[in-house]
Amino acid sequence: MAAQTSVIKRLLLVIVLLTGILAAALLIALSSGSSREGMGASLAIIFGQEDANATLETIIWHLRLPRVLLAVLVGATLSLGGLVFQALLRNPLAEPYILGISGGSAIGAIIGIMLGLSRFPGVTFCAFIGSLATLVLILVMSSGTTILKKDALLLSGVMVNAFCSAVIMFLVSLTQDARLQNIIFWLMGDLSSADSRTTGILALILIPCFLVIFFFSHAMNLLLVGKETAQTMGLPVKTVTVVLLVLTSLMVSATVSYSGLLGFIGLVMPHLLRLIWGPDHRVLVPACILGGGAYLVVCDLLARTLPQQGEMPAGVITALIGAPVFIFLLKKSRR
Amino acid sequence: MKTAFAINNLSHAFGTHAVLKNLSFSITGGDFFIIIGPNGSGKTTLMKLMAGVLKTGTDRIRIFERDIRNFSYKSLARRIAYVPQQLEVGFPFTVEEAVLMGRAPHQNVLGIPQDRDIETARQAMVITEVAHLADRKLDQLSGGEQQRVFIARALSQEPEIILLDEPTASLDISHQIRVMDLMEKLKIEKKVTVVMVSHDVNLAAMYGDRLLLLRSGEIASLGLPHEVLTFQNLEATYGCKVLVDENPLGKSPRVTPVPQKFLV
Repeated sequence: MAAQTSVIKRLLLVIVLLTGILAAALLIALSSGSSREGMGASLAIIFGQEDANATLETIIWHLRLPRVLLAVLVGATLSLGGLVFQALLRNPLAEPYILGISGGSAIGAIIGIMLGLSRFPGVTFCAFIGSLATLVLILVMSSGTTILKKDALLLSGVMVNAFCSAVIMFLVSLTQDARLQNIIFWLMGDLSSADSRTTGILALILIPCFLVIFFFSHAMNLLLVGKETAQTMGLPVKTVTVVLLVLTSLMVSATVSYSGLLGFIGLVMPHLLRLIWGPDHRVLVPACILGGGAYLVVCDLLARTLPQQGEMPAGVITALIGAPVFIFLLKKSRR
Repeated sequence: MKTAFAINNLSHAFGTHAVLKNLSFSITGGDFFIIIGPNGSGKTTLMKLMAGVLKTGTDRIRIFERDIRNFSYKSLARRIAYVPQQLEVGFPFTVEEAVLMGRAPHQNVLGIPQDRDIETARQAMVITEVAHLADRKLDQLSGGEQQRVFIARALSQEPEIILLDEPTASLDISHQIRVMDLMEKLKIEKKVTVVMVSHDVNLAAMYGDRLLLLRSGEIASLGLPHEVLTFQNLEATYGCKVLVDENPLGKSPRVTPVPQKFLV
């Protein structure tokens, strides 16, 4: 019957299709940039042609590659984070920052920037501490049984975020010199500071998280029928909720500390993929990882190549393209 | 038949508010057992305790002679299925996907359906008459159809006991009878023990093997329908005048609440 093949079939289809798209995006992103050499020369280097241009080779492997891979990791994490929070809170407006992670890490990062620390490890470390502090605060505020009451968690998060925005505005108003530009770029999300070491560290943290979340994907399906019902269907609801909450928050904190507050992806990628492939999380988890990754690679590519001079924050592009595309798909699916 | 549920001195409180006070009763396996009582009398709380959703002390609830606390979530889910009062439709799963979720206690963590899961889910959809809706989205169904899908999901757990919290509350009379007939069919054909919370005393009278009447968290009456549904019991519990006569169908008691205008 249809259902048996359909889960595995859809899963394979999603993996093959989105891996293809991701690979294509990676290839284009690696071979495009502000250097004078064209795409042809870049492609030749990527596919291992000898006697190539040494400068271009360095640009591709040491500048573009870490950045492109960082975009994949960050895009994947934010999309997956949004998906998990939408399931846990059973709220379609949930996104990875909804529990206040963004506010906390932003305060940390801004303090770091104001102190004149380097982007890595200084600012990243401050941001991570900030987001962990808010996570602990949220968990304490909604501790015990209330963690299962979705609105308690949601409202705590919204309040923490509101409070943090006030602090952020205050800190920004104190800053006047060049650091202001730094702060604004960080708040909008920006991948320009990627290097291979930090991207590698991030990958080591994130990839195990992705795998664990995939094993919880059917549990997320069951959670959507209601927490009490899910429990009577054999799911240890409280354990699953806590594990997913903590794991996702840590994952998002780690990426945000490094890349700043890239908005929109986490909210919209899960919806977009759900519109295409339905609500089954066993399909959506890999779809968010691959699709979210590919989407941010493309957005970051546009962010660094569109402006005549310099670049703009990738966070500007994510919503600029994503919002209209999403509305178009939504209209089409409602018909 | 064995005892499906043995409830022993069960109490429950929310904060300082005692909802259930020292209940003791048992439910025979294979019975259609219906719990009735006014709003706030503790019916839903009792049902949630019996489903294992709310926790209780040692040896307060025994299921087939084993303490409910000694079951893992999964092993409890293979014995008891629960259809809650408020159905969550959530994100738009298809009917078949939703029914297959009931197989979770029999599956591994990813729940990839095997032939046996598909077959059980299909049978559950056939018996609940939703097989023709298999590919429809849950949120496109009527209330009565949704109710039957959730019952199908409960059935695909292959439970020995099914608990339903007011399954007929929002349905028209035709759908009410269909749900009740379905439960009776399950009881007879699959030997499932059915425990239901209901507000409809007349349906309870026609279908229940035994009834439990709750009043402020205590047992007001327990027994056969004609023993429980007396005008004395009902007037004392609900605080309104009722007329009890005999239903021409099947000789069960028939309860008519009496409007003010007929009281002189």
